[in-house]
This record gives sequence, structure tokens and C-alpha cells, in this order.
Amino acid sequence: MNTIEKRVQDIKEDLEFFDDELQKYEYIIDLGKKLPQLEEKYKVPENIVHGCTSQVWLIAQKEDNKLYFKGTSDAVIVKGLVYIILNIFSDSTIEELKEVDMDIVYELGLSEVITPNRQSGVIGMIKKIKEYALTL
Amino acid sequence: MFKKDFPYFSNSDIVYLDNAATTQKPKEVITSQVEYYENYCANTHRSSFGDANKATLNYENARKILQKFINASSKEQIIFTKGVTESINFIASSFAKKFKTVIISSLEHHSNIVPWHMQGRTLGEGLEVVSCNENLDFDFKDFENILKQNPNSFVSVTHISNAFGKIHDIKAIIKLAHKYDCVVMIDGAQSLAHMKVDMQELDVDFFAISAHKTFGPTGVGAIYIKEEYLKEVDVYQTGGATIDQVDFSKSTMLDAPYKFEAGTQNIAGVIGFAKALEYINKVGYDAIMKQEHEVYEYLINQLSKLPNIIFYNNLEDSIGSKSFNFKDIMHDDIGILLDKMKIALRVGHHCAQPIMKQLNIKGTIRVSIAFYNTKEDVDKLIEALKKALDMLS
Repeated sequence: MNTIEKRVQDIKEDLEFFDDELQKYEYIIDLGKKLPQLEEKYKVPENIVHGCTSQVWLIAQKEDNKLYFKGTSDAVIVKGLVYIILNIFSDSTIEELKEVDMDIVYELGLSEVITPNRQSGVIGMIKKIKEYALTL
Repeated sequence: MFKKDFPYFSNSDIVYLDNAATTQKPKEVITSQVEYYENYCANTHRSSFGDANKATLNYENARKILQKFINASSKEQIIFTKGVTESINFIASSFAKKFKTVIISSLEHHSNIVPWHMQGRTLGEGLEVVSCNENLDFDFKDFENILKQNPNSFVSVTHISNAFGKIHDIKAIIKLAHKYDCVVMIDGAQSLAHMKVDMQELDVDFFAISAHKTFGPTGVGAIYIKEEYLKEVDVYQTGGATIDQVDFSKSTMLDAPYKFEAGTQNIAGVIGFAKALEYINKVGYDAIMKQEHEVYEYLINQLSKLPNIIFYNNLEDSIGSKSFNFKDIMHDDIGILLDKMKIALRVGHHCAQPIMKQLNIKGTIRVSIAFYNTKEDVDKLIEALKKALDMLS
């Protein structure tokens, strides 16, 4: 199991801990509140993630052969999802990131938590991450 | 009181408050469609065997029912379409393209904006937009200025805003537009579910109608065309059921309405739509408006008590929908949490991005009611909103 898969498993276990959906959301909201602020200068069109119902910005920074991501959203719950995504993908090698499968959304069990509209937002975030991995 | 007429409410524990998007269907609407498919499924206007005759008869009867319902002077003025979007696109491409200028309002939804852009019209270049003030009132002064500079234009405005429930005074709009020799189309997507509309009293030239927002099936709508324009509107699509004579050198078309309804129509849908109109007649607009107004007033009253709520228009001159936000909270967050608490409503720009931009917001939370909604529904909504606000603060 590579690092990304391990992190997906960890998050999945965290989310599965809650029987009550609203509690699951409270947890996601708390994660959103923990997300560090993204500087205003990064909130530019080229950093916007397409497919999100709320606005999401994602940036990537390269160190050695690894990528580190920062991001935010204007909605708190989506911020929580950004937190999850960043946690999974940051500190990964470019090779690992290039291999990421979009089905990861379903592995996370997020498909039960979020509506199809918002799933496409999460897929958008992962696409953006892969885009960074392919171009940086 | 009325929910018992709608099977959805027996089968679902959702508090349904997304009626501006689509309404639930009464039992007779559902049954009529099943009956068509189970008992006399045949094509209309072509074959002459018994079931085909019955299908044609019921389909044409639906046209008469809609004609009477909106007080059109003849059934030929009723053209069935897929819905309001197709109705507007049809008139835009088959009639309004001949006009130098099209005038819309700033409160329009995308269906009454994008077709004009597709014709190459942009703001000030074939497209003029009447502004609305901060209470979303249609600015008649601005309208008259635009009309003075652009007589003989095509005016296309919404009756009731999808996004805000704001009612335009369409009778006054039509009258003023006619004074400047303009032709007027009204987008009546939200109208028939809430109030009586009378084509002759309004003296409107084109009126777009939606079935699914009026307790009827999805995929059906209509466009009313005033008698004097029936011959001027070009055919939109051609094919089966539209023609009189065809040989390899030329085709001749039937008269309206048949020349405008190419191919096999949504027969079950049209028959179901007629049943929806009959259902409205049975309940009566007086009862519908009374119940709806009572719930609407209660809704506004209860919402107003919530902390940091922001409204965009008054209760006056509004019907059905109420759009709002909470200070420093994204509408999207509220939408996600309400969904989990089994409250169905819509958050976002409601297919009306320009007015959202004018108000400098990304979207709203929209509660849209129908006459079957109750004060209990509102209570459940308020309770869920309080919980969501608590979680997000």
C-alpha cells in the first residue's frame, strides 16, 4: 500500500466512525476550520478548481520530487473536503500523484456523504492535483 | 390538507420546498399517463384505428383544456413544446430573430438570456436590459427610455422570477411595450402554479408555459401565440405530422398548431398536463392562493426571526419563492446540512447568474412553496436552519 492509499484508508476509517450523518458533517466542518488560511494573492482564476458548486482554490509547491498543496474554499464544509484532499495528496511524489485514480472519491465513501454535484467538485480537486503533477 | 392528493407525500418523509424547480404531481396526473401507456398507447394524428383515435382525441382535448385555462381565443394558438426553455428558443429563432433589438429584464433566468446571445446579440448590440432596483422592482422609467430609443423591438420578460419569486407587473409592461409598437413574450414558467393568467386580458403576444412547474409531467410545456402572429412564426423543426404535401421538389406545411409540432410528441405528458389543469380547476385558484399566501406569510415571518438573515425583496409583489442568505455563511453549507435533515430546497444561483452578480452575491438559499405546503413544513425548515446555523457558527 503506498502512502496515498494508506491516507485514504485512514480518512475512511475516521469518517466511518460516525453513524449519524450530521455528526460526520460536524467532523468535516471542524476539519474545515482547521484548514490554514490561503493568502489572498493565490485566489486567482488560474488556481480555481472547476466543477465545484462553491469556489475552491488549490495551489501546489514543489520541493525535491514532492508536491505540497495548499487550498481553501468559501464554504466551510467544502473547506473540510479540501482539508481531506490536501491531507491525502500533499507530501507525495510526482510519480505517485500521476498514478492517482479518480475512483478514490468512491473509496473514501464520500459518495454517500456528498451529492453528485459536489462529488464532481472533489473530482475537480483531484484533477487539478494531477494537472499540477503533470506540469510542475 | 392537499398533500393527500399527491402520492409523493405518502411515499416520502422529505419536506419538499423546491417547487420553483419542479412541483409534485397529483394522483390523476400520474394515473392518466399510466393509463395511456397501459391501455391505448398509439401515435396521434396519423393512424385511424381505435386506440390512435383515442390518443389523438385526448391529446387535442388537452389543447382545448389549456386554451380555456388561459383564455386563449382559439385552440390553434396553443403549441405544445418540451417546456418553457424550448418555447423561448422556438420563438427566438422562428420569429424574434427578425427584430433589430430584443429587450429583457435584469431579473431573467438563463433560458431568457442565452438564446439571445446565441443569436449574436450582446448588451447594447441587439440586446437591451431593463434594470431592477435594490428591491428587484422592474424599473418602468428605464424601460420607457429603452423603448423610446428602440421602438418596434421584441420584449421578452419573466412574469415571476424563478430565483426570487418577484412578480413583474406584466400587464403594465405589455401595455407600455405595445405603445412603442413592440411585440411581447412573457416567460410564464412560474405563473400557472400560483395564479390565474388570462391571455386576452393581458393582451400578450407570446406566453411560455411549463407543465412540470404546474403539477404536470416533466418534458412538456406550451407556447401561446396571438392569432395575428400565427402565420408570421416560421416552422422551428420539420418532419412527421407537420406537412400537407411533400414531393421531391417541395413540401407544403399544415396550418398551426400542427406545423409547429414536428415528430411524435410527449403524448402521455400532454394528457397528464391537461389532468393537472383540471386538478387546479377542481381545487380552484382562490383556495390555492389563500393557502399559499398563508404559508408564505408564515414562512417570511418565521425566517425574519433568524439571526443575520439577509433578504433581497419584500413580501409584497412576490409569490411562491423566497431567497435569502445569512451573513458570513455560504448558502452551499446550509444546503448540504438541510439535505441531511431531509429538507429539500435549492441553493445556488438558480440559473440567474446576472442578477446574482448585480446583487454582488454568489447565490442564495431558496425556499419555494406550493399550495400543498403547510405551516408544519415551515416549522421543520426553521428548526433545521437553526441547527445548521448552530453547526456552522
